[in-house]
Amino acid sequence: MPIKVIIPTILRPLTNQQKHIHIDGFKVSEVIDRMEQQYPGIKAKLVSEGNAHRFINIYVNDNDIRFQEGLATSLQEGDVMTILPAVAGG
Amino acid sequence: MLTIHHKLVEAMISQAMSDHPIETCGVIAGPAGYNLPLRLIPMKNIAQSENFFRFDPQQQLLVWKEMDARGEEPIVIYHSHTSSQAYPSRADAELATEPQAHYVIIPTASLNEEVRSFRIIDQMVIEERIRIVHQYQPELELQMVA
Repeated sequence: MPIKVIIPTILRPLTNQQKHIHIDGFKVSEVIDRMEQQYPGIKAKLVSEGNAHRFINIYVNDNDIRFQEGLATSLQEGDVMTILPAVAGG
Repeated sequence: MLTIHHKLVEAMISQAMSDHPIETCGVIAGPAGYNLPLRLIPMKNIAQSENFFRFDPQQQLLVWKEMDARGEEPIVIYHSHTSSQAYPSRADAELATEPQAHYVIIPTASLNEEVRSFRIIDQMVIEERIRIVHQYQPELELQMVA
């Protein structure tokens, strides 16, 4: 079940400059694991110690996964997963 | 070098002054690849802090989708420093993820300090000159929101 994943500028060097890719998975974590197989190095940019990085926002459709089930958030056919680094600083 | 319309600079300063002592933040979008800031979008600082800012994630998603749909990219990412000099903090450098953007810092603690602009790539900070202009080409000014 392919999910469309939108890749931010900063990670496009890892996806051969593709802005979006299609990856199979029933959960956010599965999509990330399969992305890692195809685009090695990407998982470490997104996940640490079993959670999404604090300054990486991951959305399923328009919903921040922090307010759903985090990396265990389930996916359905036609869902769009968007990765956006937080814009933050001091 | 950042070339920017004076109305956009004034809008950033006025937003920063009105949010002081909380850090202000926002983005100025422009056509992708043209390095010209046009559309100023004030962002909600979800941290509501005097020494930290973070774009509201929900608003950021909407704004980033809108920029994508319009063929734009973030040309300027701005925030204020409310008690320190207008130079990127360690967190600013570590969290910068838009290599094509101009990172603008507005100091609100002292009226004597100027707005400054930086490129931040791989945590390396390079200051750049700001050229403030009083007009863009007329058709571009129509797209400017400030």
